[in-house]
Amino acid sequence: MKRTFMKGCEAIAEAAVRSGCRFFAGYPITPQNEIPEYFARRLPEVGGQFVQGESEVASISMVYGAAQTGTRAMTSSSSCGISLKSEGISYCASAHVPIVYANISRGGPGVGTIQPAQQDYFQATKASGNGGFRMMVFAPSTVQEAADMTYAAFDYAQRDRNPVLILADGVLGAIIEPVVLPPMRPDEEVSAMKKAQRSWALVGHDPAKEPRSFIEPGHWSIQEQEQSCKDNAALYDSWEKDAQEESLMIDDAEIVIAAYGISGRIARSAVSLLRKDGVKVGMIRPKTVSPFPEKAFDKLNYKRVKAILDVEMSIPAQMVYDVRLAVKDRCPIETCLRSGGEVIRREEIIASVRALSKA
Amino acid sequence: MEKVYGRTAAIQKDMVSSLCPGCMHSTMFKLIGEVLEKLDILSRTASVFGIGCCGLGMQYITYDNVTAPHGRACAVATGVKRSTPETIVYTYQGDGDLASIGLGETISAANRGENITVIFVNNGIYGMTGGQMAPTTLVGMKASTAPGGRNPKEHGYPLHMCEILNQLTAPVYLERCTCNTPANVIKTRKAIEKAFQNQIQGAGFSMVEVVTSCPTNWGLDPIESLKFLEEKMLTEFPLGVYRDRQEA
Repeated sequence: MKRTFMKGCEAIAEAAVRSGCRFFAGYPITPQNEIPEYFARRLPEVGGQFVQGESEVASISMVYGAAQTGTRAMTSSSSCGISLKSEGISYCASAHVPIVYANISRGGPGVGTIQPAQQDYFQATKASGNGGFRMMVFAPSTVQEAADMTYAAFDYAQRDRNPVLILADGVLGAIIEPVVLPPMRPDEEVSAMKKAQRSWALVGHDPAKEPRSFIEPGHWSIQEQEQSCKDNAALYDSWEKDAQEESLMIDDAEIVIAAYGISGRIARSAVSLLRKDGVKVGMIRPKTVSPFPEKAFDKLNYKRVKAILDVEMSIPAQMVYDVRLAVKDRCPIETCLRSGGEVIRREEIIASVRALSKA
Repeated sequence: MEKVYGRTAAIQKDMVSSLCPGCMHSTMFKLIGEVLEKLDILSRTASVFGIGCCGLGMQYITYDNVTAPHGRACAVATGVKRSTPETIVYTYQGDGDLASIGLGETISAANRGENITVIFVNNGIYGMTGGQMAPTTLVGMKASTAPGGRNPKEHGYPLHMCEILNQLTAPVYLERCTCNTPANVIKTRKAIEKAFQNQIQGAGFSMVEVVTSCPTNWGLDPIESLKFLEEKMLTEFPLGVYRDRQEA
């Protein structure tokens, strides 16, 4: 397996191209600029199209348009830029248009800071736009995961005809690590994948011979709208099987850290150091934060577990609400939080675990 | 006997129009359909409709359609056209959609010279939402959000989209038409045909602005509306070809 050194943002873009992405539109915002810059160089090499949109709002609308033709299409942004895209994301979810987008998140709310943070958890998992839709949301903690998850995200988007989000952060976007890139899909396969979408795709149909493509982000009939909501709900329920997580040293754990993305990566290092000192600590790291891996929390032995430590780069904590639903009052839940662009330190997590362990 | 006129195959046969009496959208849907048939591109056309009364057409037409987020039709069309160049893509947008909430998307797509066709229906008022002031509402004209009439000191002046886009280098064709008389309907059809021909030839961005009436929200009957259109609207929005690069 060939390993290459790659920046997180660039690995996401390259993995997308290898998965068959042939359209990208985006607007500059730190810390995700390397994604559009990479696509601008790379897409012309594979016969794809890159557009620097006049805004985030326009860019997501371009992706909505491109994906309607059956073309694998993507956009990316960061935090406040993602807010602007929420209009188009909601349209994609409503009209069943498969797209992939990445949030290389930063401090917030508002313009916040340009440094890494995890302040967008609710936005990513609960309300990425109006109308109560949901998406599968992947939370990579390494460049390798960012590449693999982006590659797979296009297949999930296609399977469900629904948007998929890669929720990363400013650390993962900028970090350079070895990565084994997923295989490049040949041109024939990419064009066959597009042709396979033709029946519903907005490419032109002869009204005398076949049903037209009619892509509806809403309905005139309230009955149709309600049915559409019910169909969507059934889709979201079907994702329970798709939940992914990493459970680390939980068998004998007395303290269990819950952390995702970059916080999960730092917490893994804390777990390894604490274990050397004999502290019985483990970790559940959701790799999909939507669907949330609730069942992983059912596997804990609550006679032994003294507390869950929710570690996030968000103040106030956000994922902790999903953790509470999963833990179902079976043990206390504490938090260890940083935000504003401050990357959480391993020592802070270690001190929090030790305090809980002694309590 | 030779059949000289028939219903266009681009319009559904079993639909009853829900458009108001005197509304010109129905004429527009028919004209566009006739052009698509004449140019033999009906089977490879994708229509991108805006939000508002313009979007009502999605139910009446027989060919591919998507509704864009309000104002974003030119951005959506950019994505469709760039990813599938063999498809003929047009947007159909009202004045609120194209010139207010979508002003940025419209100007930017025109400035990039996207190879798309834009049909802009300008009746100087918000229709579906009930008569609010539009960017093209005439000075002094009453609207539900400008009950005393459009006052330039407070609201500024009507936007002239053909003239604004004519400041850009990239667009190839900009014409303003109307549909108040049979002669003008024929002129409008010719303009629409030209705008689609440009796209087929890969020439670039074409926009046909059509000044129309909205009797319901103007508070006038259809005949009075035609008079208002001729006397007031066409004075503010002069008809004509603003740009025709293909002619040269």
